[in-house]
Amino acid sequence: MLSETLRQNAIATAVEAFDADSITSGKLDRGELTLEIAPGKIVSICGFLKYDQKFVRLSSVTAVDRYPLEPRFEVVYHLHSIDQKQRVRLKCRLEGYEPAIESVTSVWRGANWYEREVFDLFGINFLNHPDLRRIMMPEDWEGHPLRKDYPVTGTRI
Amino acid sequence: MSDQAIPGASVTAVAEELPKPGPHRMVLNMGPQHPSTHGVLRLLLELDGETVMKCQPDIGYLHTGIEKEFEQKNYQQAVTLTDRVDYLAPLSNNLGWCLAVEKLLGLEMPPQAQWMRVMLTELTRIQSHLVWLGTHAIDIGAMSVFLYCFREREDILRIFEMFSGQRMMTSYFRIGGLALEPPRGWHQRIKKFIDIFPSRVDEYENLLTNNRIWTGRTKGVGFISLEDMLDLGVTGPMLRAAGLKIDARKDEPYTSYEKFDFEVPTRTENDVFARYQVRVEEMRQSARIVKQALEGMPAGPWKADAPHVVLPDREKMKTQMEALIYHFKIVTEGFRVPEGEVYQVIESPRGELAYYVVSDGTAHPYRVHMRTPSFGNLQCTPNLIVGSLIADVIASIGSEDFVLGDTDR
Repeated sequence: MLSETLRQNAIATAVEAFDADSITSGKLDRGELTLEIAPGKIVSICGFLKYDQKFVRLSSVTAVDRYPLEPRFEVVYHLHSIDQKQRVRLKCRLEGYEPAIESVTSVWRGANWYEREVFDLFGINFLNHPDLRRIMMPEDWEGHPLRKDYPVTGTRI
Repeated sequence: MSDQAIPGASVTAVAEELPKPGPHRMVLNMGPQHPSTHGVLRLLLELDGETVMKCQPDIGYLHTGIEKEFEQKNYQQAVTLTDRVDYLAPLSNNLGWCLAVEKLLGLEMPPQAQWMRVMLTELTRIQSHLVWLGTHAIDIGAMSVFLYCFREREDILRIFEMFSGQRMMTSYFRIGGLALEPPRGWHQRIKKFIDIFPSRVDEYENLLTNNRIWTGRTKGVGFISLEDMLDLGVTGPMLRAAGLKIDARKDEPYTSYEKFDFEVPTRTENDVFARYQVRVEEMRQSARIVKQALEGMPAGPWKADAPHVVLPDREKMKTQMEALIYHFKIVTEGFRVPEGEVYQVIESPRGELAYYVVSDGTAHPYRVHMRTPSFGNLQCTPNLIVGSLIADVIASIGSEDFVLGDTDR
């Protein structure tokens, strides 16, 4: 379901034409396009954007913790099209209990480390990821530091 | 405590994943304190004779939780954190952060602040490339280049000290303009440097470009296809050395870069030597930009007219009630930033640097993610060195120009 302003946007309409159920909402704020994607559809939408819409680069993958709200996590993908000099932000909302989403490493191999980082610091599981290990914290670390309920001080060293 | 009680137990866990070395194969642990890794990068190499068969980079030794730290600071305090991410390009990081927050605030900078930012960011690019060139040359065995490069770098650091009082952790760009008024005599100081600098670049090139040892060590070494690089998220000079003209300063201009006349150098050979040529040419182009900024520096204010964000002048605080109130508010609780999220991209010396800032309407950032160029570039290391000789590993990873602080954050 696209809002009126997004109907003017070529990328948003193209994604809707590709798979109308995939977009849950979206906005165009400060010149930046954000599309909220149903978590189950992320790989097919990324593939569509990469191969059909020329978003050849995955700039980054990260997450935002909205604790204590539910759905708690937002996984955020930033895509870049070199030809059209455009960027788009994809967002998937995940519930706080055992959050998991399909990995996009099959679309961009470069997602590997970004997803490992999100797994390490937020505890979000990426399904079918080739090498899902901690990347920043030691391998025997407990907890996920960038979660909002993780204390800033007073942890075990 | 978990049941893994042995310190460093994780190290063995990584090594065990590699296949057991056969009669001719051995596993070599390079780093994390190897001098040529420029920080604390650890590479697990599996060798057959002198050929690298497999490579597994291990990062995170310099992880300091800066993204978590951002959430504890208010927006103006967080400027000091950005210096410490990429410590060889502090002003580029200051700029990325300030632009992101200014975009959230909807602030427009006066021309002098913008040009000053361009000039100092380009000086940062020069000094970052100088450190890269010096250390890269020393890795490959050309000792003297290092001394020349650091001579010029010292000049630039003195200029930074003149502006901000700090040589490296400058924090000179603040949200809403600059931290301090540009110092007296800055014009002559930079002019003196920029007049002599192009001849200094010639000096480095004299030492290296036609040097048979240098070309022998760098030409045809460290090849990786353009498709692989785009797929793996590589940015910056490495892409330009593969022939792709991509530069955020041209493609998505910020801070009035569109008003400057400069070239984006590219090469097509896509090896260590091409990356060297691209970076040397970038130094010349940056010097051109600094010169233009110096000659055309607009007059006027160096901070935005936004009393709720920018600290008032000392004089006004003594005479105006409002100025005193604003000062008190900004210092005690910071300023509130409207709800929203931005992804601000700039071209750092190493490639695409982006600040993803999420605001919830309070005086503290809700979430900050730094898309740092070193992290993206480092990911291509296995593709760069597998199949090459162990001696070329140093040249190849040197050509990536990563900073581990930038990688691990």
